[in-house]
Amino acid sequence: MTTAAVPAVPAVPAAPARTRAVPPAPRRPGLPGTLHSELTKILSVRSTYWTLLAQAVASIGWAVLFCAGTVAHGAGQDFNAAQASLAGQVALGELIIVVLGALVITSEYSTGMIRTSRAVMPRRGVLYAAKAIVFAAVTFTVSLVASFADFFVGQAILASKHLNTTLTQPDVLRAVLLSAAIVTVFGLLAYGTGALIRHTAGAITSLIGVIFLIPLLAQALPTPWFQALQRWLPGGGALSPIASSAPPHSPYLFSAWGEFAVFCGYAVILLTLGAWSFLRRDA
Amino acid sequence: MIEARGLTKRYGDKVAVDSLSFTVQPGRVTGFLGPNGAGKTTTMRMILGLDRPSAGSVTVKGMTFAGLYSAMREVGALLDATAVHGGRSAHAHLLCLAQTNGIPRRRVDEVIGIVGLGDVAGKRSKGFSLGMSQRLGIAAALLGDPDVLMFDEPVNGLDPEGIRWIRLLMRSLAAEGRTVFVSSHLMSEMENTADHLIVIGRGKLIADCPMAEFIADATAQAAVVKTPDGQLLAEAVAAAGGTVERDEAGELTVRGLSAERIGELSLAHGILLRYLAPARVSLEEAFMELTADSVEYQSKMEG
Repeated sequence: MTTAAVPAVPAVPAAPARTRAVPPAPRRPGLPGTLHSELTKILSVRSTYWTLLAQAVASIGWAVLFCAGTVAHGAGQDFNAAQASLAGQVALGELIIVVLGALVITSEYSTGMIRTSRAVMPRRGVLYAAKAIVFAAVTFTVSLVASFADFFVGQAILASKHLNTTLTQPDVLRAVLLSAAIVTVFGLLAYGTGALIRHTAGAITSLIGVIFLIPLLAQALPTPWFQALQRWLPGGGALSPIASSAPPHSPYLFSAWGEFAVFCGYAVILLTLGAWSFLRRDA
Repeated sequence: MIEARGLTKRYGDKVAVDSLSFTVQPGRVTGFLGPNGAGKTTTMRMILGLDRPSAGSVTVKGMTFAGLYSAMREVGALLDATAVHGGRSAHAHLLCLAQTNGIPRRRVDEVIGIVGLGDVAGKRSKGFSLGMSQRLGIAAALLGDPDVLMFDEPVNGLDPEGIRWIRLLMRSLAAEGRTVFVSSHLMSEMENTADHLIVIGRGKLIADCPMAEFIADATAQAAVVKTPDGQLLAEAVAAAGGTVERDEAGELTVRGLSAERIGELSLAHGILLRYLAPARVSLEEAFMELTADSVEYQSKMEG
């Protein structure tokens, strides 16, 4: 039992060059191929279609109910036609997309697929980035279609009482675009959380907990503290300027772009933590 | 070629792999044997860069796994056949893997043909039997037409026909000059497949030798003898450094000496032998004996 022994079946150093079934890689496999791969992945599982469909249906349903209610009961003092159409996309869409954002990465851990993925693409940073980019692109595309649908359906209903607005009015198009973008940003928050927690239910629950609980708890603070804090909170009132074409009613909130930037900041923090975990921890 | 040098993996106080050094050569099937929990899977995970070694290193064709130019074209591995997203069809699963490394789509259909999953390629892998999942995993390993192939317990869950198929596949891959590294906890699986063996127990290297040598070592040093002069033979054997055991039927088992040596002794001492044959120590027994000390969780019921 020695390592120096002559092999029983000799190695075949002079084996005839076998024919290659696969052409050599023209360049080192990296982001382009992995983006292609992640697109195939996200489009080949049913959960993608179910969550995106649910998001579209929920946001359009909200737009119909809200606008029909406004037509029936009359517009209130704070009425904003764009917001009437889009508030559902922001309020419900974000909650549904959180599921998909988490699943995109946690399903790899729950199924064990992550080991296969890493064995074919050992550059972990490339894998992490490709997943995030593909998820964001798919989500933004669908959300944008849904936001426009929300807008046109809602305005068609409001038109019966001449309460409607058009895309050419100031800041209306911005409200439509940002409501789709904020849904995508929430999805990315979930993606980062998923990479950190690696467990579907755990990631979704903790993120939704943070979105709901922190604003709720903050309300228990002394009013001046809450007012100073409100614009920075990860949910609640801070979201409301985004779907509206009017400036925020509360002086304690940033403008739509300002609040959008705050949420982007949170997404960057969670995506960075997620990346750190993805690169460092073995799977 | 796979080269491990002082490869070590610790989980807290527990040493899963203990300074392993070995080389897996191309052109032959190398069996990676050891009892369950011996560290085979951990070793393979380190080769694939899924686990970081605590010490030492392992390279494939002289490179760390992450440093390979196109991982799939260099190394194909089947570690865990169930490590797929069950909601994805077999074809989509293979396609998304191929795309990472820019492997053309037609190769996906090719490997589906090779493993014989053509009829179910469009079905979600959730409903696959373990045997079908193994074939899907093997298809994934073959996608890049790699020079190095690793299979962790590949015959798990396969029927006899499937086992035969995978043996032939591994042999033909090795015959093409590829490095084939296949793990198992069952010696019998290796008998007809491996040319070379690397045996580990409790994370340590126990043997690294050609299959033929492993078999020879296991059977060389024992023989069964029938003789009317049992006492004389026992004395002669003892003087030559061997031991004798007598069973109820009067058959003697001599250990520590080869059959040839016993024949020479009996001639020299004028002892009549009615029967002399090398003892048939099964490979399973030899393997058990070799790894007996290193079985991590020995059953308390035994004994």
